Amino acid sequence: MTVSQPHRYTLANGLRVVLAPDDTSPVVGVSVHYDVGFRSEPEGRTGFAHLFEHLMFQGSESLEKLAHFRHVQSSGGTFNGSTHPDYTDYFEVLPSAALERALFLEADRMRAPKLTEENLRNQIDVVKEEIRLNVLNRPYGGFPWILLPPVLFDTFPNAHNGYGGFEDLEQATVADCAAFFDTYYAPANAVLTVAGDFTIDGAKALIEKHFGDVPARPRPQRPSFAEPPPAAEVRADHPDPLAPLPAVAIGYRIPDPVDELDAYLAFLVLAGVLTDGDGSRLQQRLVYGEQLVSEVSAGCGMFGPFEARDPDTFTISAMYSPEVDLDTVLAAVDSELEKLAATPPDPAELAKVTARWAASLHKEHDRIVSRTLALGAFELLYGNPSLVYELPEKIKAVTPDAVSAAAKTLRPDSRAILTVTPSGGAR
Amino acid sequence: MSRTAEEIGRTETGPRPLPALGEQRAATNLSSVDTVLPNGLRVIAVHQPTVPMVELRLRVPFAGAEAAHAATAEVLAATILTGTAKRDRVGVDTELALVGGELSAAVDPELLSIGGNALATGFGTVLAVLADALTGAVHADDEVAGEKARLIERITVARSKPNVIARLALQRHRYGDHPITREIPEAADVAGVTAADVRALHAKAVLPRGSVLVVVGDVEPARAVEQAAAALAGWESDRSAAVLPALPHLTPGDLLVVSRPGAVQSQIRLTAQSITRTDPRYPALQLANLAFGGFFSSRLVENIREDKGYTYHARSYPEFTPDGATLLIDTDTASDVTAAALLEIRYELGKLAIGGLTESEVDTVRQYAIGSLLTSTSSQGGIASQLASLAVLGLGLDWLVGHPDRLKAVTPEQVAAAAQEFFAPNRFTGVVVGDVEILAPLKHLGGVTFPE
Repeated sequence: MTVSQPHRYTLANGLRVVLAPDDTSPVVGVSVHYDVGFRSEPEGRTGFAHLFEHLMFQGSESLEKLAHFRHVQSSGGTFNGSTHPDYTDYFEVLPSAALERALFLEADRMRAPKLTEENLRNQIDVVKEEIRLNVLNRPYGGFPWILLPPVLFDTFPNAHNGYGGFEDLEQATVADCAAFFDTYYAPANAVLTVAGDFTIDGAKALIEKHFGDVPARPRPQRPSFAEPPPAAEVRADHPDPLAPLPAVAIGYRIPDPVDELDAYLAFLVLAGVLTDGDGSRLQQRLVYGEQLVSEVSAGCGMFGPFEARDPDTFTISAMYSPEVDLDTVLAAVDSELEKLAATPPDPAELAKVTARWAASLHKEHDRIVSRTLALGAFELLYGNPSLVYELPEKIKAVTPDAVSAAAKTLRPDSRAILTVTPSGGAR
Repeated sequence: MSRTAEEIGRTETGPRPLPALGEQRAATNLSSVDTVLPNGLRVIAVHQPTVPMVELRLRVPFAGAEAAHAATAEVLAATILTGTAKRDRVGVDTELALVGGELSAAVDPELLSIGGNALATGFGTVLAVLADALTGAVHADDEVAGEKARLIERITVARSKPNVIARLALQRHRYGDHPITREIPEAADVAGVTAADVRALHAKAVLPRGSVLVVVGDVEPARAVEQAAAALAGWESDRSAAVLPALPHLTPGDLLVVSRPGAVQSQIRLTAQSITRTDPRYPALQLANLAFGGFFSSRLVENIREDKGYTYHARSYPEFTPDGATLLIDTDTASDVTAAALLEIRYELGKLAIGGLTESEVDTVRQYAIGSLLTSTSSQGGIASQLASLAVLGLGLDWLVGHPDRLKAVTPEQVAAAAQEFFAPNRFTGVVVGDVEILAPLKHLGGVTFPE
């Protein structure tokens, strides 16, 4: 394994660049992270950041509709994009011979995307199908990532549905798209990452050639999305006609993942102590011991850790049988948290969690797509891509006392409880 | 500064030319060992030191004809890693966790699969835990009882998902009550399984002969095979693991409409008989399939997603069993455009069968097939999973390494022949799951049977 420090620099137009050469396999990953996610979309335009992500694939000055996909795939590559709370990423993974092509494609849409009425209408239809597929037509659709935030948070940026309502999506205009692009898709608001089989000098020359003349625009002021944690336990229920069993998600507020990283990592380790593996505390108590729930999981972030800035969420979710009383489940969770708060876990218990984290970070590095995206996200959120490689040590340094202190903050009097109740009856 | 969309979409320079591809470096040769141990277990070990990890995939042919087999097999998979005479459930988890490891078991009508990974330094530990489970899992009464209860809940949840409903309906429509259709057992059958049944099935069917273990990672292959041989020496039997009997060939026929009242989206699932990877026509068929619906730049996706907006997701793909293969086409569309989407699918099938591919389409799919093989085999997990799928078909690393050359040799004429032979719309059968009330327009298309 060849882990060297990633090379970082900034172009004259403000585009930040991360280069991480590694010649193990003759493939490259290219990604662009824009510093805007669904928390930044305006009221009345829920789902817009994600819809706009779709539009960025629909052509640009040098590329007709469909050309982006065809050029990536005819070069032997794969591509995708995804919208997160605080950023939107785009990537290609290709045989290394196609590096310049990928840079060209990303630069062309950063410089001059074609935002047309026809493509907008088409992609609104596609996104609505995506939402039907992933939310409306399936049991537990949007659980908990769409359903929990409005219970835990009060302000629009944090609480609203990032997939969007159909009525909002349908009202999106080409003018909205132009304004969104001009505001948020400035080179100074983006990070370009290249990982894999290339030389630094070669890549720098190609990057200057393709991105150097993307005109500079001001980097938007990033607003604070801070809001106070709930002052009480807040409960809400979501009737789901397709769900056969009840489910619960408990949401808590946790420290700022960026400014209070060490404190945040204690919650990451706590999540492992609670639900990672058959020997973990909640698996033992809830699943195997008292057999209250059929599955339970815990973690930081609605989509995993390191995807959002403050405020971020700690979630414990479980699926249980209708005969079990919700309060029995909650009482068991609280009692395990209290035990941890009163008595720090054994160092051996933490050793299991830290070894599994080290392994999972290696696995992330093994896949070039996840390696590329992680480097870009850490540059964007932390200004430090090397943090990807430092995490195993930092996680190992989390003390039993820190985990205990983290457990102590997960208070019943400041949390959100979202239940999913089967409402379909027998069909 | 506020620009219009038109102003954003053009620059003074104007459109720029697409850069040519650079020089492609070949993948480094993977060193590997592929051998059969004295107990009949095939072991394939590959050195791929991208990260200090090791990936394991064990595949045990696990077919059974009895009606209760699927249920017993599910419980067996759920309890095989929950304890032996030497380790209880927590002991298994703790030992694995301390080497950054994990193992999990799953079963389908063909195979029992146990897979996982660990830090390379923990390879011996994972092997020890795996060997202990294979030879000494006790399937304790309380673990069997607990897993049965959870399994019944998971089955209830799984059977409420539209993609699962569609898959089960398709299997029934294609294969009647052949054992291949028992992908998810009935909850009532699971309730009837006893710990004694599970132990008996373990003794009878968890067998090394005919099974394969794939090891990929930061391990020296010959040494990895030695370690596996030593760890698994006690796993023995004269009998061979049970391979699923050959499947009947698919009969083309009407699409069966399956009612799901209130559904806001329909699942369209089409299928036709295909050929195995070792058939000389396979590389041409692979390319024809890619062009039809096997990747994003395919005719199907460009038509029903990017042009018409009927769907988020549409694809076609091959499915392999030891003796045969089928083609599958699947998409989910809003209820009111289901008939229109099916019409377009049939149109694209017919167009491909009649017209084949242009030379540039063949080049595109060929490059994609070769390139995506390169990227998907650049990780340990990617190689391990691909090798495991190939190994159960009797193939190995040499097939994977030799495949780019086979793809390069395919001519447009061969692709056209494969398209004509395999993609003609009248070769297909399938199901449509959705709200029957809204799906009435399907009646006008023909070739669709509604429930009584």
